[in-house]
Formats: sequence, C-alpha cells, structure tokens
Amino acid sequence: MKIELRHNKDFWAGIMLIATGAASFLIARNYPFGSTTRMGPGYFPSMLGGILALFGLYVMATGLRTGEKIALHCSLRALIVLPLALVGFGILMTYAGFIPALALLIFGSAFAGREFKFVEVLLLTLILTGLSVAIFIWGLGLPYPLIKGF
Amino acid sequence: MELLDNLIFGFSVALSLQNLLYCFIGVLVGTLIGVLPGIGPTATIAMLLPLTFNVPPVAAMIMLAGIYYGAMYGGSTTSILVNLPGETASVVTCIDGYQMARQGRAGAALAIAAIGSFFAGTVCTLLIALFAPPLAEFALKFSSAEYFSLMLMGLVAAAVLAHGDMVKSLAMVVVGLLLGIVGADVNSGVKRFAFGFYELADGIGVVTIAVGVFAVGEILSNLSDPEERQVFTSKVTNLFPTREDLKRSFGPIVRGTGVGAFFGVLPGTTPAIASFSSYMIEKKFAKDPSRFGQGAIEGVAGPESANNADAQCKFIPMLTLGIPASGTMALMLGALMIYGIAPGPQVMTEKPDLFWGLIASMWIGNVMLVVLNLPLIGMWVSLLKLPYRLLFPAIMAFSAIGIYSVNSSSFDIYLMALFGILGIIWRMLDLSPVPMMLGFVLGPMVEENLRRSLQVSHGDPSVFVTRPISLAFIVATVLILIVMAAPAVRRLWGAASAG
Repeated sequence: MKIELRHNKDFWAGIMLIATGAASFLIARNYPFGSTTRMGPGYFPSMLGGILALFGLYVMATGLRTGEKIALHCSLRALIVLPLALVGFGILMTYAGFIPALALLIFGSAFAGREFKFVEVLLLTLILTGLSVAIFIWGLGLPYPLIKGF
Repeated sequence: MELLDNLIFGFSVALSLQNLLYCFIGVLVGTLIGVLPGIGPTATIAMLLPLTFNVPPVAAMIMLAGIYYGAMYGGSTTSILVNLPGETASVVTCIDGYQMARQGRAGAALAIAAIGSFFAGTVCTLLIALFAPPLAEFALKFSSAEYFSLMLMGLVAAAVLAHGDMVKSLAMVVVGLLLGIVGADVNSGVKRFAFGFYELADGIGVVTIAVGVFAVGEILSNLSDPEERQVFTSKVTNLFPTREDLKRSFGPIVRGTGVGAFFGVLPGTTPAIASFSSYMIEKKFAKDPSRFGQGAIEGVAGPESANNADAQCKFIPMLTLGIPASGTMALMLGALMIYGIAPGPQVMTEKPDLFWGLIASMWIGNVMLVVLNLPLIGMWVSLLKLPYRLLFPAIMAFSAIGIYSVNSSSFDIYLMALFGILGIIWRMLDLSPVPMMLGFVLGPMVEENLRRSLQVSHGDPSVFVTRPISLAFIVATVLILIVMAAPAVRRLWGAASAG
C-alpha cells in the first residue's frame, strides 16, 4: 500500500461505505427475502446494502483518481477520553447514582480538552453537578437516586 | 375568509398563557445557545428535546420552533459583534456586520438584523398560512406510490443540493435509511440489525443518534482544531439605525426575504446558501459595490432576512407533506412521532390546534426575539467570553442526562458515544451527517410505502411511472440529478454553498 493512500479521504470514505453496504447485505440475507409483490424483512435492507456498496465503489475510485487528503485531523486524546467518559457515566448511573455518574462525566469530558486546569475543572464539576441536581432531579423530578445505597 | 379564521384560531392557541411561556423559554434558550459558539441549532434541539417529553405536544413543538429561530438569531449576534458565526448561516453576516461593529455601528447592524429577520418572519408566517393548506389538501389524495416517489424526490434533492460531494451525500442517505429500519419489522416482527440487543428492538432513538452525531461529534471536531477567539467588545450604545440606514435596507430586506423563501422550500439547501445568494444579489444591485466588505448595511440586511426566511419556510414541506428539508426539520419530524403524531398532510386536519398554533407562535416568537434581544445584547456579549473549555463539559452533561432520561437506559448512552465517534469519522471523510439524518427519519416510511405500492401493483414497478403525480415526482428527481450533475452547475453551486 502506498503511503499516500493512508491519507486519501475518498479512498477511506469509499471503503467505509462498501463495508457498511456489504455488511448490511450479508446480514439481511438471514432475513426472509420474500418477493417483489410480498416483500419480506430482508428485501429492503438487501437492496439498500447493494446500492450502498456500489456508491462506495464509485467514491473509492474517485479517491484513487483525485488523491485528495483528509483535511480535518482528530485529536486522538478527545476521541478516546470523551467516549470513555460517557461509558463511565452509563455504568455509574446503573450502579452508583446520579451524582457520581455526572461528576465523572463532567470531570472526564474536561480532561479531553487540551487545556486542563485542575482547580478550575473541579469547580466546574461541583457547580454543574449541583445545578443539574437542582434542575433535573428537584426541578423536573427525574426519578434517579442521587447516590445509590443512601 | 378562511385564512383569517385559521390565523385567529392559531393565535388563540398560541396566546394561551402556557404556550406563550413555552414560546418564550424556547426563544430565550435558543438565543442563549445560538450565541454560544461551537454548538449549532440541530445539536441544540437534539439536546433539549428530551426535556419536552412531559409537555403537551402543541407547547412542545412551539418551544422547539422557538429554540430553532432563537438559535438562528443568536448566531447573527455573534457574527456582528465578534466576527464569529454562531452557525454557518451567519458566515456572510460577518463580512459587513463585523466591519460595522468596528466602526462603532454595532447597534445599527444588530437592529437592522432584527428588523430584517422580523420582516422575513412575518412574510413567511403568512406564506405558510396561505400555501400550507392547499398543499396539504393536495397531498391528502396521495396513495403509497405517490408517497414513495415524493420521499425519493425529497431525499435525492436534499442530498444533491446539500453542500459537498453528490454521490457521498446520496450514499449517506442510504446509510440513514439502513439505520432507520433497525429494530423489529412492522410486518413480520423480525428484529433487524439488532445483534441480540433487546434495547434495539424498538429501533435507534432519533434523539440518541442526533445528539451523538451532532453534539458529541461537533465537540470532538472542535477539540481537534482549537480556535483562538478574540472578543471585540465595543460598547453597543446607539441601537437606532439612521433614516439613511433604513432607506438603504428596505430593498435588501424585501429581496432577501424572497430569496430565502424560495430556497426555504427546497429540501437540502442550508440557510447559508440563501444568505450567500442574497449577499451576491445585493452586491450586484448596489450602485457602489465597493462599499461591500467595508461595512455596508445592505450586506447585513439582505442575508439576515434571507436566512430567517429560509429557516421559517423549511416548515412548509415538514408540516404539510411530512418531508424534512433539513437536519433540524428531521428532528422536528422525529419529535412529532415521539409525541404520537403521525407526520403528513393529515396533521392539519386532525391536529388543527398544533398546526395553526405553531404557525401563529412563529410570528409571536419573532416579536419576542426583537423585544428580547435588543435590550439583552449586553448579556449575550458577556456570555461570549465564556471559554469553550468550560462550555463543552456542560454540553456533554446536559446531553447525557437528556438521553438517559428518554428510556432510563445506559444502553442509549453507549449508543450516543458510538455515534459521536462515527460523527467525527464521517466529518473527517467529508461524509455529511445531514442527509443521513433525513434518511434515518424517513427510513421506515420509505420501506412501508414501497412495500405497499408493489403489493397493490402485484410486483410491477411501473406503478411509479404510470400514475401521473408519481411520475411527476420521478421526472423531477431525475431532472434534479441531471442538472446538478452537470460540472458547470456543480462548480457554481459548490462556490455558493461553501459560503
């Protein structure tokens, strides 16, 4: 594989579309296909999957021809930390309650940014958590325990 | 005068204390978030949608609409004051608006933007009241074949007219359609693409996907290229435009409204296209085009009217046909379904309070915007000084609470994270998430209408071209594709939509 290909925008866009289309097509093969008169659950997704893969092929070919590079670069730190903070929120909501889950999410999200000032983030976490408890739990009456076990 | 009766009925709904309150909250919150940089109207609505679940549908839709045009207006405030468009529609306003602010005429620019938006809002409210009923009545006669062709046209036009590569946008529509049919199939009960997760049996929530792709995705992309902002805090002293300003602005406001209304009903065009076109027209019309870029008030008046007209007229296809013309409208359509209202032409006859109340509230909302914004400009400016590093954790927190509250399910939070990641990858590869959103909302309806049409015709696909109305939609679809695929048109459109 040539080095340029790694940064080729449309090449990767095409690959992604082909993969999505092909996967949809293959998965949809497991559902009854039916006929054009009586379409089964597999008919529409198989069709869409096929069309998507064709679009993907075209986009990939365009990429190979023009060789345009990916312009936007994603901060790897944000890409890892932000989703992890969300997953942490989900887990803590189930096992620990609203306050710990939210505090983790706010603190964790802030950690995804480039500038991270500990005291400032701590204050932000405290204020936002307090505000959210006031608005969502007391104000709007969402039925979630603040801290589980209390 | 049926029109008058309808409007009076609408105002009687919209002027109830509860609805006024929700309109006010919507406009206020919308402006607030519109002023804040880095979060667009679509993400705002997605984030706040769960909060409306306990509100009656009419009030909820009024509030969502208020958030929508509040956010649009907030965006122009930041363009003028700090040369930083709150959302893409205001990019053009930056050019002359910011120059005016530097010359100490920020007040006049803000006032003209408000007056222009108000004028456009008033005209478009009337346009909706005038044209929506006949359009809906016409659409009531549609059978599944017409619906399928109409949706096909809407989706293709949205993909093709949107900014960016045509084939990629079409591909994203297909991705959206596929995401839309995740879950149990209505006819057979087979759970499709659920991978054994019972949480996916009802499909993916419209809010989950929108917050993931737009809110989380936007944050990820903002964190990737941090922009240093300089807040130009000139004191906004004199709010009143001079007679000369008003005289110069009258033409641009009227023309801008026309341009915006035209682009507004086209699916896929963003308000940015309307405001850019208006700017070009004003530059052409001007006696002295060299003033543009140096703080010409026409360069604020025209585009601002145009983008407000566009935003408002996007409601026409959504309310009458159930066809979303933009990402925001896709969300509104999703909201209607969540409230248990099937979108389509029957909304007007079955839910007249919602239909006419919403239309009347748009006008009331525009009045509120003018009254609310001009005195509060000082407050909006101080908000601008809020650094992004404090802002995005708050957006994350509110989004996550909102999503969790829909089903009290952590699974939705994990989906939101997943769609955030997909959102940034799609952006990096220039795969636009907006066509995906439209496909997603229409997915189940496209399949159902296709299935029904072919069942009635015994599998004969010619049903789509033998029925005259359906044929007209198909011909229009093909024409749009051919015209927009022509390289010359493509280049011109590309330049316009890049703003």
